[in-house]
Amino acid sequence: MPRLVSHPDEVKIVTRRFGQGAAQIDRYIELGGYEAAKKCLEQGPDWIINELKASNLRGRGGAGFPTGMKWSFVPKQSAKPKYVLVNGDESEPGTCKDHLIFLHDPHAVIEGTIIAGLAIGAKIGFIYLRGEYRYLLEIMEKAVADAYAKGFLGKNIFGSDTEFEVITQTGAGAYEVGEESALMESLEGKRGVPRIKPPFPAVVGLYGGPTVINNAETIATVPHVIEMGSAAYAAAGSARNGGTRLFCISGHVQRPGVYELPMGYNLKRMIYEVAGGIRVGRSLKAVVPGGSSTPVLLPEEIENLGMDFDQVGKAGSMLGSGGVVVIDDHTCIVEFALRTISFYQHESCGWCIPCREGTDWLKKSLTRFHAGFGEAKDIDNIQYLAENMMGRTFCPLGDAAAMPTLGFVKKFRKEFEDHLNGKPCPFAKHVDLAVV
Amino acid sequence: MSNETMTVFSPRLAARFDALVEKYPVKRSALIPMLLYAQDEIGYLSDSVIAEVADRIGITELEVRNVATYYSMLRFKPVGKYNVQVCTNISCMLSGAYELYERFQQELGIGPKGVTADGAFSLEEVECIGACCWGPAIQVNYDFLDELTPELVPGILESYRRKARTEGTVSHA
Repeated sequence: MPRLVSHPDEVKIVTRRFGQGAAQIDRYIELGGYEAAKKCLEQGPDWIINELKASNLRGRGGAGFPTGMKWSFVPKQSAKPKYVLVNGDESEPGTCKDHLIFLHDPHAVIEGTIIAGLAIGAKIGFIYLRGEYRYLLEIMEKAVADAYAKGFLGKNIFGSDTEFEVITQTGAGAYEVGEESALMESLEGKRGVPRIKPPFPAVVGLYGGPTVINNAETIATVPHVIEMGSAAYAAAGSARNGGTRLFCISGHVQRPGVYELPMGYNLKRMIYEVAGGIRVGRSLKAVVPGGSSTPVLLPEEIENLGMDFDQVGKAGSMLGSGGVVVIDDHTCIVEFALRTISFYQHESCGWCIPCREGTDWLKKSLTRFHAGFGEAKDIDNIQYLAENMMGRTFCPLGDAAAMPTLGFVKKFRKEFEDHLNGKPCPFAKHVDLAVV
Repeated sequence: MSNETMTVFSPRLAARFDALVEKYPVKRSALIPMLLYAQDEIGYLSDSVIAEVADRIGITELEVRNVATYYSMLRFKPVGKYNVQVCTNISCMLSGAYELYERFQQELGIGPKGVTADGAFSLEEVECIGACCWGPAIQVNYDFLDELTPELVPGILESYRRKARTEGTVSHA
């Protein structure tokens, strides 16, 4: 069972019901659950969208798109049915927050899905979980069945004449399916390859109907925004970045865990105070701030860095999915870069050539380099290759592979040079020579 | 399926399928869950499983294979009764996943993608399983085990051996 952690600096909004048995519907109701959905049913779609816009809630999947604005793009009139799609395909390395949401607060996901449905006029919501999360899917399925039994889902939700159905769905192992258009393909029973945009999902989405796709954390946050009011929620965060988010701090820290902190919280303090600092006798070498696809930051870059979408973007990286991976000075960056690119090489769906070939060649180059057979020109070649993948693919997976690689090469060029001329890396442990 | 005697699905799996297709606006949306649930029961996607799923969904076997080969959890040959999946992605790697993976290889006497002679265990290295803050973490079938060290490996394997003995060879059906 994943360990729950706590720190006095936390502002518990989304996590406030964690560890309190809220997976049971009666307990969830006792803790104020489903009141937000009832309120939204009374207030109507325009009010809901305005509240979400005013809350400055931005998408927790990684891109940080304003949620209220996304919902407002769905046409009011549509010949085809509209859908809500909850993305619980949590697969970005370093990210395990949705895991806890499904485990501790499944009804918040259902309630958020109902509210999204009311906002855009959809009658069906899908909650898609990655296939590895089978035990969490079972928790979600039970929660959905309980919500039906109470009349919160079905033909007449909360005794009204409004219909809303929720359908859970399992994936079967694919990072790429976390991309919104690939997710729709997967839900339609196909290979998870991305669709070209436009048209955007808000206009042509699942089964060709207008679709809102939100990350599970975003959806689980929605009832809290309604409950506490958009102004109070916005005030909990930083400028243009409303509220809190779940930061997953992992790697070489004393107290790894998922912490709910205000948007804009200082990254250095997050590592040294909240997560208890680096392991004894070691020092900080680098931080990956928002999941494995986000460019690495150096210790001097985190001094005054507030963790919100805008500030991390300005620092040359991304807030991403909230996965803060902390790396100490006993780690080989070339090895870390190799493990990162190996993941993207494995997960590239192969649809776009720059990504399919680029990830493969980056993995080959880094493998050879790490094994001590690299040449000086390889460093520039790795950089050249990564730069030429950027922006040349249907979906962001190509960028997700290229961006961190560029970061490692640019910021740790000396460490790459130190690997030249057959010099072994002092911290290298795992070298797969098979593909050299 | 027109000829009931041809089915490789148990009555329970067949009922699950019937309930699944009812859920969706489009029948084909049941394809991926169905493949996974069939695999859970039968162990892997054999030719006859693929044929039956194709028939029940109303698409060709080629279309089923085209989809199934995309997803990393779906497999086309049997694995051990307990499939040990060690995450070695970045967060788990930093917390000692490779040392853990090596220990599993030693204790089981098998390499990557290997199956023990008695068919009890198989072993593979997997990508991020979403347990980054509790690494190194593994999955044994669908069970999550987290905050592991190499020293815990023999005990983990023993608990699954014990579980296999109590459950015997009872079919999942």
